[in-house]
Amino acid sequence: MSVELTGAEITIRCLQEEGVQCIFGYPGGAVLFIYDELFKQDKVRHILVRHEQAAVHAADGYARSSDKVGVALVTSGPGVTNAVTGIATAYMDSIPMVVISGQVPTSAIGLDAFQEVDTVGITRPCVKHNFLVKDVTELAETIKKAFYIASTGRPGPVLVDIPKDVSQQKTKFVYPDKVTMRSYNPVVKGHSRQIKKAAELILTAKRPMIYAGGGVILSNAAPQLTELTQLLNFPCTNTLMGLGGYPATDKQSLGMLGMHGTYEANMAMQYCDVLVAVGARFDDRVIGNPKHFSNENRKIIHIDIDPSSISKRVKVDVPIVGDVLDVLKELIKLLKAGKEKPDQAALKEWWKQIELWRERDCLKFNRDSEIIKPQMVIEKLFNITKGDAFITSDVGQHQMWAAQFYKFDKPRRWINSGGLGTMGFGMPAAMGVQLANPKGKVACVTGEASIQMCIQELSTCKQYKLPLKIINLNNRYMGMVRQWQEFFHGNRYAESYMNALPDFVKLAESYGHVGMKIERPEDVEGALKEAFKLKDQLVFMDFITDQTENVFPMVPGGKGLSEMILV
Amino acid sequence: MENEAGALSRVAGLFSARGYNIESLSVAPTEDPTLSRMTLVTVGSDEVVEQVTKQLNKLIEVVKIIDLNDGSHIERELMLVKVRAVGADREEIKRLVEIFRGCIIDVTDKSYTIELTGTSSKLDAFLEAVGCSAVLETVRTGASGIGRGEWILKV
Repeated sequence: MSVELTGAEITIRCLQEEGVQCIFGYPGGAVLFIYDELFKQDKVRHILVRHEQAAVHAADGYARSSDKVGVALVTSGPGVTNAVTGIATAYMDSIPMVVISGQVPTSAIGLDAFQEVDTVGITRPCVKHNFLVKDVTELAETIKKAFYIASTGRPGPVLVDIPKDVSQQKTKFVYPDKVTMRSYNPVVKGHSRQIKKAAELILTAKRPMIYAGGGVILSNAAPQLTELTQLLNFPCTNTLMGLGGYPATDKQSLGMLGMHGTYEANMAMQYCDVLVAVGARFDDRVIGNPKHFSNENRKIIHIDIDPSSISKRVKVDVPIVGDVLDVLKELIKLLKAGKEKPDQAALKEWWKQIELWRERDCLKFNRDSEIIKPQMVIEKLFNITKGDAFITSDVGQHQMWAAQFYKFDKPRRWINSGGLGTMGFGMPAAMGVQLANPKGKVACVTGEASIQMCIQELSTCKQYKLPLKIINLNNRYMGMVRQWQEFFHGNRYAESYMNALPDFVKLAESYGHVGMKIERPEDVEGALKEAFKLKDQLVFMDFITDQTENVFPMVPGGKGLSEMILV
Repeated sequence: MENEAGALSRVAGLFSARGYNIESLSVAPTEDPTLSRMTLVTVGSDEVVEQVTKQLNKLIEVVKIIDLNDGSHIERELMLVKVRAVGADREEIKRLVEIFRGCIIDVTDKSYTIELTGTSSKLDAFLEAVGCSAVLETVRTGASGIGRGEWILKV
């Protein structure tokens, strides 16, 4: 006779079976039995955060930097509502994640019990799927399904809501080897006829462009993207989510495109004749006004695992539904097997044009400034870390500068909230990154507004000795809000200036970390070097930067890609 | 779709979240009790209907989706309607019910309750024929649809 386990034991056993080494959470009434079981074992490590939003962001950073499923554990009611921002963040960026939440006992559901919310209802629009487990006999299979759904197809967060009594009830524990679901069978392989069509179209290109998004990172297809791009000698641009998918320091990289993309990337995107979109979704921050984008005639090949991403905002000529990795492999095979090559003379002309655009030097900034330029800080950060650090960011100007000036050559090194644009993401995400990569250099590029949205996590960093390097680009403004107000609201800086900022050095010190305040450009390099020498310490670097600096180029909302405001 | 709690609200939630219209929706378990079949009527351009279809397909509990307009199909809606029926109107309404092939399923000395099935436009036509002043109450199920001939939706 096999032994019966409680729901709480089963939950932890399932995590062990999934090979989960690290989870992020915060205890509370509805998850006490689960925490009790966590306490009794040492395979799954629990990281205690200071706010549930941070637990989910940390699990998110863990997942993004490691290709494992991130796991967060929160209690019912406010535990869940606090987690929602993190869940929505992961959902928008398609991050594989399982969130386990406690719920009031089944007998109390619907009675407005203490710390009760309709978790499944609240999270429904921002999860890939969610479950309420009402019977302990279904718990193990549900958790198995959660991991399966989260990590396959287009990944995303899956929530499992476990009422307190279910965590107490006992049943036999059997962890299924695999699950099959008749209603969920994600496509992997691309249609061979479509791939052939794509190869044929590629060979006709005179002004080709490869546009690669987060799907390349998620499907671990960076080597294949690089191979394809170099095989064809095509230009390649990456979206904010796709940075690192193609080496940014390579000459075929045109950098990031979109609202704050480079001049050359946006112009090439607008005026190409064959566009190969790989794991990207033509979103509003990338192509600007879709009507303006469609003014130019071009053929589009679109590779994506999610059929609903295809022909959503832009009509596509050759759709290929499938895993980017698989499709790229097939495409490369086909192109290599055929002896044909695209029109080399035309390609040469196209590169000439691109070089002319490049000469515009759209990312230039005043290097002789007596006030610290934020771009310069990122450049130095890149140089000092030799481009090999994990960089997380919050949301705003600093995020764009990090994306523009840190040249990511490898995937999974750039961790930011692209879709939802969640301020407060950076530091908790960096915690997850550091835990997934204990030996990695991890820096969080942030601003004085964003960092304060999850500043309490400095305490978590102390508890677990996470030696993050926090690069606070402090311009005393919500910089991106200020920039829009300057451009589009007649310089009326409504509520975008922060009075009464804390002394970040003292603040860091009070949490037991090292704080530095850097006010002169000539001190930037030294400070960064010193900070990275402090291998076991979190260093909070407060860079006092130019308040008037703006992010360029900029495609204003509603405008087309070629209508950039340039510096 | 899977006959599970919450599946219906996922569909309804998807429509409201993405700004699609639901004209009508009817759902019930099938001969296989683990499955429910839903007929949903929506309006939109081809692009919108394509997106609706793709988004619905992404819902984990949706097993299969077809656009009945892709082929020839039949649709029916059930309506129960209570009408005022006094004096000479009683005979007139009875005749109308016969013409529309409905049946009177409840009677009082002042009213009839009529059961009628058909396409939405047939039900509309009946209401118009009876006249809105006579109609006391209506309840309609929304359309249920099925493909014609050999065309079947099989899981």
